[in-house]
Amino acid sequence: MAIFLNENSRIIVQGMTGSEGMKHTRRMLLGGSNIVGGVNPRKAGETVDVEGKSLPVFGTVAEAMKETGANVTVIFVPPAFAKAAMIEAIDAEIPLAVAITEGIPIHDSAEAWAYNVNKGQKTRLIGPNCPGIISPGKSNAGITPSDITGPGPIGLVSKSGTLTYQMMFELRDIGMSTAIGIGGDPVIGTTHIDALAAFQADPETKAIVLIGEIGGDSEEKAAAYIKANVTKPVVAYVAGFTAPEGKTMGHAGAIVSGSAGTAQAKKEAFEAAGVKVGKTPSETAALMREVIKSL
Amino acid sequence: MDLFEYQARDMFEAYGVPVLQGITADTPEEVEAAAAKIGGVVVVKAQVKAGGRGKAGGVKVAKSAEEAKELSKNIFGLDIKGHIVKRVMVAQGASIDKEFYFSVLLDRSNRTFLSLCSVEGGMEIEQLAEERPEALAKVPVDATKGIDLATALSIAKQGGFDDETAAKVAPVFVKLYDVFVKEDATLVEVNPLILSSSGEVIALDGKVSLDDNAEFRHERESMERDELDPLEAKAKAMDLNYVKLDGEVGIIGNGAGLVMSTLDVVAYAGEKHGKVRPANFLDIGGGASAEVMAAGLDVILNDPQVKSVFVNVFGGITACDAVANGIVGALKTLGDKATKPLVVRLDGNNVLEGRYILEQAAHPLVTVVDTMDEAADKAAEFANR
Repeated sequence: MAIFLNENSRIIVQGMTGSEGMKHTRRMLLGGSNIVGGVNPRKAGETVDVEGKSLPVFGTVAEAMKETGANVTVIFVPPAFAKAAMIEAIDAEIPLAVAITEGIPIHDSAEAWAYNVNKGQKTRLIGPNCPGIISPGKSNAGITPSDITGPGPIGLVSKSGTLTYQMMFELRDIGMSTAIGIGGDPVIGTTHIDALAAFQADPETKAIVLIGEIGGDSEEKAAAYIKANVTKPVVAYVAGFTAPEGKTMGHAGAIVSGSAGTAQAKKEAFEAAGVKVGKTPSETAALMREVIKSL
Repeated sequence: MDLFEYQARDMFEAYGVPVLQGITADTPEEVEAAAAKIGGVVVVKAQVKAGGRGKAGGVKVAKSAEEAKELSKNIFGLDIKGHIVKRVMVAQGASIDKEFYFSVLLDRSNRTFLSLCSVEGGMEIEQLAEERPEALAKVPVDATKGIDLATALSIAKQGGFDDETAAKVAPVFVKLYDVFVKEDATLVEVNPLILSSSGEVIALDGKVSLDDNAEFRHERESMERDELDPLEAKAKAMDLNYVKLDGEVGIIGNGAGLVMSTLDVVAYAGEKHGKVRPANFLDIGGGASAEVMAAGLDVILNDPQVKSVFVNVFGGITACDAVANGIVGALKTLGDKATKPLVVRLDGNNVLEGRYILEQAAHPLVTVVDTMDEAADKAAEFANR
């Protein structure tokens, strides 16, 4: 099982022939992902040899889907072209689009998201500005290292890339069904709640780790959702207790404005929903360890 | 980036939004000249990015150029919520018949644009939202469609405008949305939008926030910006993602979330070590090369408040041996300038190679610790010595 991504995922890479796209196509292939091709209108018809595999380059996402049966696209195109790439993926109605690109203008993401909503959300968009999604032992769509942890019963959803890696590492002896980095931008496609709903429905996932950070109200909404809908155990971690008001902490969305979006408010929301919150990533991992033992 | 009021005014003017004359001035003499040029009643307004300027004495009405000059002497140098007034805008006086409110912004919670509108303007919007929520219309705006005249009229009606006034303000709403989209703003707010006694709609005060991610498609190099802390300016020049804080433990890490988390873990550990706190946020990002590490260490070691440094790296794409080489190389470059203890925690990609490099270098200032919590504790302990 796992969520959103599994052994049947056939992945294409938008921007495969660029330096980032090529580097990560190679890494994904080495990690066992089934990469079936790439998209670049200027190199359509060519093939690229990567790690002993000859990958065709197509002019459009729709064409790539038709020729290869691709059902996942990973987007590595530069910020200025990311909106067009997302909209192309949405137009092709590919089931899953993972936008890795960092630094996309907010208007572009907002427009791409509104476009997807207007089209009935036939595409699940993950990101932008995220590490992507990995179902260990099955498939990896994005830049998460494939070898941090193997398959297991924990589902992980996180706003942050390196905290995702850190948590996978802390819990590597137990393993994960799926780890999904939803991204730290103000407008993202897949939310904490979307991942929680999918993990709740996934028989392979027995417990869930949720990682949040300052800014927005995604964590508060997730807490309310957990209280009402999630019966599997959830532990949470929130980063940014020491962040001052009005300063952006690296992610475009990680900013405390007034009383909104503080780490303390998010922690309190989780605790009010009966979710244990770790003070550090290690303590959070320890909480999850206890949960797994008690299952 | 938040704009100063005068920058918002100039931007509005460029898009055909009706505004009054406004001239910036940096000295009382410039104020006098500006007031004389405008003529009649003028308003001298402190240019700081803080609310409550009026209450703090940063906005004064003057009937003559001479009076404007005298009044401005008490505005320059004023401390408004920690912002010192260095520049004012001398604005044409307005005779106000009615005050309204309009804004368009990113509604992050609903992942859409949102327009806020009310026929009752003038007061702080937070106050209006709290005291008279029914008077404030909140209208979602489809980012693929925007605000055309029909939408603008509908927004005005929902905000409580009568037909006649709605017809007057709607074209201004369309132009303000134009500013919002074409300038890549995350907020365009006019408060108050007024109806003058002669029946004209005028944007009297404006707030605009621009999206930093969109800088690549705008010419913003020459715009006045907030003065940065000297260390922040240095970091920015080196393209580092750095925020200066107030503590004693310098922090370098990779990835925004991990660095934020590192700050928290250090503050938590500091509770046991003389309440030391993190000194900064510094994210060296995915491809942490030796050069980036050296630049980061250089900024942090130049912070006189810093007593110890915690380097916390989880190697995902970044390889730990590259980070270790970066640290060793940076210490070599810095030579005698490096005098503060460094606690290093590496995990992930090529961690054994990374730790081996640091062990072999055996630099007297470097302590390698296995876990993040232990490393934070060690760094806090060093900072408290």
